[in-house]
Amino acid sequence: MRGLTRRTFLAGASATAAGVAVGPWVLRSAAQGAPVKIGLVLPYTGVYAVLGESITQGMELVFARENWTVAGRKVEMIREDDEMKPPVGIRKTEKLIDSDNVDILTGPVHSGILMGMRDKVHNSKTILIVSNAGADAISRERCSRWIFRTSFSNWQPNQPMGGWVANHVAKEVFITAPNYQAGKDQLGAFKETFVPAGGKLVGEDYPKLGETDYAPYLTKIKQSGAKAVYAFFSGTDAVNFVKQYDDFGLKQSIKLTGAGFLTEPDVLPAQGKSALGVITGHFYTPQLDSPTNRKFVADFKAKFANKTPDGFACQGYDTAEVIVRALKAVNGNTKDKDKLVDAIARVEFDSPRGRFRFDPKTHNVIQPFIYVREVKEVSGGLDNVPIDKIANVTDPGTGCTLPA
Amino acid sequence: MFVPDFFGQALNGLSYGVLLFLLSVGLTLIFGMLDVVNLAHGSFYMLGAYAGLATIGATGNFWLALVVAPLAVGVIGAVMERLVLRPLYVRSPLDQVLLTFGFIYLFEDLVKWIWGGRIRSIPPPDLFSRSVKIFGATVPSYRLFVIVFGLVVALLLWLLIERTRLGSVIRAGVFDAEMAAGLGINIPLVFTSVFAFGAALGGLSGVIAGPIQSASPPMGAGILIPALIVVVVGGLGSLKGSLVGSLIIGQAETFGKAWLPGASMLMIYVVMALVVLARPQGLFGRPLR
Repeated sequence: MRGLTRRTFLAGASATAAGVAVGPWVLRSAAQGAPVKIGLVLPYTGVYAVLGESITQGMELVFARENWTVAGRKVEMIREDDEMKPPVGIRKTEKLIDSDNVDILTGPVHSGILMGMRDKVHNSKTILIVSNAGADAISRERCSRWIFRTSFSNWQPNQPMGGWVANHVAKEVFITAPNYQAGKDQLGAFKETFVPAGGKLVGEDYPKLGETDYAPYLTKIKQSGAKAVYAFFSGTDAVNFVKQYDDFGLKQSIKLTGAGFLTEPDVLPAQGKSALGVITGHFYTPQLDSPTNRKFVADFKAKFANKTPDGFACQGYDTAEVIVRALKAVNGNTKDKDKLVDAIARVEFDSPRGRFRFDPKTHNVIQPFIYVREVKEVSGGLDNVPIDKIANVTDPGTGCTLPA
Repeated sequence: MFVPDFFGQALNGLSYGVLLFLLSVGLTLIFGMLDVVNLAHGSFYMLGAYAGLATIGATGNFWLALVVAPLAVGVIGAVMERLVLRPLYVRSPLDQVLLTFGFIYLFEDLVKWIWGGRIRSIPPPDLFSRSVKIFGATVPSYRLFVIVFGLVVALLLWLLIERTRLGSVIRAGVFDAEMAAGLGINIPLVFTSVFAFGAALGGLSGVIAGPIQSASPPMGAGILIPALIVVVVGGLGSLKGSLVGSLIIGQAETFGKAWLPGASMLMIYVVMALVVLARPQGLFGRPLR
């Protein structure tokens, strides 16, 4: 036993020594044709691991298409598991920036991690392309020249839905979301257009994140006289809420609507028929009928064991597409960060979701469309079928002034 | 308007409370009988849900899952007690706590490895897949089934422990292991059986909760806190306490959510603090030594 320990120690020690010896060589060669290092801060364990996995797969699809070489340089992804915990995510961010010297950083899923890593990224002038977290502030008062976002701001999928629900579904609406910042942001954006369109809030509730029993809230909704519900939940919360909503017999009398995460493919199979008829707003659905999307869905399924891509995969795909196009535009030169940032800001291409471009004012994506989708039976199970769309949804970017 | 709301919420609280009882009763039994705080109890709950999913996947029969899953988890519990927990009985309780805490991660990774991390759910049996109206309140019939089922389990457990020869053997073993062994009782077997039985109850709760909640690998860690609170409120190791504690917590949390949504997360902790202040040993616990 003791001998084994000593051997393990010796092996570890010699590996460390080798690492120290090799370190400077790695640093020197970075200046020439060394790989472009892309750091990923994403959840790879826990319930949200499926999100991290989808985003990573979307990126891999693009890089594999380029044979992992862009503008003569190898592309290398360094994955770090943030465990959906801000302290862990921030530590991993520091590791990627300070010891791995990544050229570009992407992630996270959790808005708390994004807000926590923001200053480190900004101060170290590291380019961060946010591939999920929707905290509005990062496109507003906390925006940065070094931070882009390919996914969405929480405001974007919700704000157009307020008016749409008031005009097409019902005027008396009960709204609900988990009791944390993103939940309140999303419902706030919904109210912005719902109330001016003549909508009336008959009640609102903020259950705790990770709630397992929504019965008390569902009984209240039933009592409130609401004609529709607008909800933002994701992950297990979305499964439990949608299932219990149906169990309590609310689905027949009170239309369930919400932000797209409510019925994304990570939760839809577990919700099953309970989700039928739920209407949500989102910038993507695999059901979109465009050549780019059809090819994306087919390629993704071919590469990843017939898995249908979701919005998260699209976010990863677009993030990698942005990186590839920007690197080509600067001929693979990642040393001149100002040039690289300008190249990223100018990237424009046909994404599975529509024409992709950044808002120069905030570096946040302009959603080509927010699709209003309804869960229906399609060949191969349930999916979000587009029934309407709202074009060019741009975050207001209040309080953001990027240096020109 | 007010009365059906009150009645409906009370019913919600009852079904949630009974679910909490099923979740926590195995924990409290193992503690009461073996003096082991089994933090991995939530894992038995999770393993039960997944064993249930696997059974339903293979046979499509919920009722079969309700039998098979607890048996499977009981076997896992027996193996765990025999191989790793038994050598620790002579050590400090902290070692047992650390060991069972480690098992939470072990089981979580094991389940992820076998079934993947995706969120799943158990469909309710066809018989209880609709909702019914009682005095103006709408309740899923499955929740009514859970209430009846849980109360029957409580009654059977009470009969088993207080009214059968097997129950008295167990109680004797717990009260004074040395003396019981002197009377010819196989104490190690009693301990393994009790642990396996507690684990099986955890597994049972996983199947029962499946149609109400979703199943995912971290679910076991998530229910540990409510289960521990129930045990503290009811009294460590008391069957009656575990039932009464669950029902109180169920009502407190439900009415907290309904009427004081801003403070609902606090409610169960307030109840726990009040109980512990008034009776440190819990409502039905043995006085602290």
